[in-house]
Amino acid sequence: MTDFIYELKQVHKKFVKGQESVEIFDGLDLGIKRGDFVSIMGPSGSGKTTLLNMLGGVDRPSSGALLFDGNPINDLNEGQLAKWRADHIGFIFQFYNLMPMLTAEKNVELPLLLKKLSPKKRKENVATALELVGLGERAKHRPNELSGGQQQRVAIARAIVSDPDVLLCDEPTGDLDRSTATDILENLQLLNKEFNKTIIMVTHDPVAAAYANTSLHLDKGVFVEKDVAA
Amino acid sequence: MSALLPQIRTVVSMNILSLPQRMWMALTTLLAVAIVVAVLLAFLAMANGFQTTVKNSGSDALGIGLRAGSQAELNSGLSNEQVKLIVEAPGIKRNADGPISSAELYVVVGGVRKSTGLEANLSLRGIELDGVALRPGVEIMEGRMFTPGKNEIVVGRAVWRDYENFEIGDEIRLGTANWRVVGIFSANGGVYESEIWTDVRTVQTQFNRGNTYQVVRFALETPGDVEKIQAYSDNNPQLNFDISTEKEYFSEQAEGIFNIIFYIGWPLAIIMALGALAGALNTMYTSVSQRTQEIATLRAIGFTGLSAFIGTMVESLLLAILGGVLGTGAAFLFFDGMQGSTLGSSFTQIVFDFQMSRESLVSGMQIAVLIGLVGGFFPALKAARIPVVKAFSMQH
Repeated sequence: MTDFIYELKQVHKKFVKGQESVEIFDGLDLGIKRGDFVSIMGPSGSGKTTLLNMLGGVDRPSSGALLFDGNPINDLNEGQLAKWRADHIGFIFQFYNLMPMLTAEKNVELPLLLKKLSPKKRKENVATALELVGLGERAKHRPNELSGGQQQRVAIARAIVSDPDVLLCDEPTGDLDRSTATDILENLQLLNKEFNKTIIMVTHDPVAAAYANTSLHLDKGVFVEKDVAA
Repeated sequence: MSALLPQIRTVVSMNILSLPQRMWMALTTLLAVAIVVAVLLAFLAMANGFQTTVKNSGSDALGIGLRAGSQAELNSGLSNEQVKLIVEAPGIKRNADGPISSAELYVVVGGVRKSTGLEANLSLRGIELDGVALRPGVEIMEGRMFTPGKNEIVVGRAVWRDYENFEIGDEIRLGTANWRVVGIFSANGGVYESEIWTDVRTVQTQFNRGNTYQVVRFALETPGDVEKIQAYSDNNPQLNFDISTEKEYFSEQAEGIFNIIFYIGWPLAIIMALGALAGALNTMYTSVSQRTQEIATLRAIGFTGLSAFIGTMVESLLLAILGGVLGTGAAFLFFDGMQGSTLGSSFTQIVFDFQMSRESLVSGMQIAVLIGLVGGFFPALKAARIPVVKAFSMQH
């Protein structure tokens, strides 16, 4: 098994809109190690979210190779990609993306509906995930009955409930106050350290980025700086 | 597949739980479908009721003779001699008194409807006494039969129910004479219940018709067999008859009007269904638009496009089926058993009851389901094709 959970080799990404085409990445190379906590920073339009989308299999490189555990994922069709995401990826969004009409436990259960698990096992896993983020008492609450921080913790529980290899976080603290953001970041750090989850987090916030082991700085589709924690 | 079912169940329940967010739009669609179904069912019930009424009126055991080419009683004219000759034809049943027949005269008179207070045309039929025996199912419900030679009338149940001044004992002016109501009769719900009967010779006298008739009815030796009688007429230069069984005659009379009702009902329902379809499409496109991020998030988690497609289709079908049920209920409440009337072929009113049939109900639900299917299909396709990247892009 390779040390790298992700490898990007000569990745190009071009967006075409009408007559105009914008090249986001022009031969990007990157390796992310299993169990790493990586933050990606950079100005708007630098390609952070595009990179995150490609790593999550929701967008494809225009050319180049994107390998996950040594296997190319950019050749998978939509159905295969959906299954790959269900098996390996947990998403955490800036605005939580919870289903407003479902309770916290039903939201957390969503990824488990894609697995062949009994309802009892699903319930157990949901309870464990909610306990882990400290929301066991709020299982029956709907998102509108929870604070922003609690909603994001439900989103984290949803992301980890199916035990994915990677958590992809898009500005996970962007909508939260500092104190709540700290709680969320500590949660992520715990998942990285205790559960060996590979975490890739896009953020504008240097304080948030400081929780990561590796900080990448992206500008105009090129990594201009790389900090690795001692 | 085993993982697909929980996905579909979840998406469907999410769609349904989120319906209150677009309550007015969903209600509009539901009502539009309900109106389409109710209108269609009303027309079908009308056509069905009319057809049943007319069908109940005809008998295979009874023959009917009209002047050749006249098509309807009102256009026909027969002399006394022609009537005397035709009833001697082979194939007409006889008893000890001779052929069992009734020469009849049919005139249009005015009556005032109870519901509107407006005048409408009614049929006054002059019959011979055998005319009652010839018509199985005719019964005097109240009062008695008219006395020949007197200005007495018996009225059909529908006339008594729907028109003014036809209670027993009432005196009413029809044409230039006054008539006394002496009885009310039923006729198995058939068209005769929309008629007034009296003695044929009194009608000849009071309406200056000389010694003429318009139609002759007779009992057949063999039910359905009128060929011998038609041949008898064709081979006799003094006779010029079109002979048919009463059942055939009424079927022909009913067909035109049934077709008009039926073929107005369906196109009208289809045009309205197109309107409802536009509403359904609008509602479902809105539903998909409102849930774009939710659908994209589910897709990002690993849900399939098929689950989004089916979830949207189920929502659309649910709204349409609820609309169909509401429309059916409304149609039952307002139209089933309602009395209607229409001009018969002789320009007189035929009163009938609207009748819902199982086939009509199936047609109503079919059109509702069709609206749901078509109205949901394209939005469902859109839902299935929402790019997963929307889960991220919409939040910025």
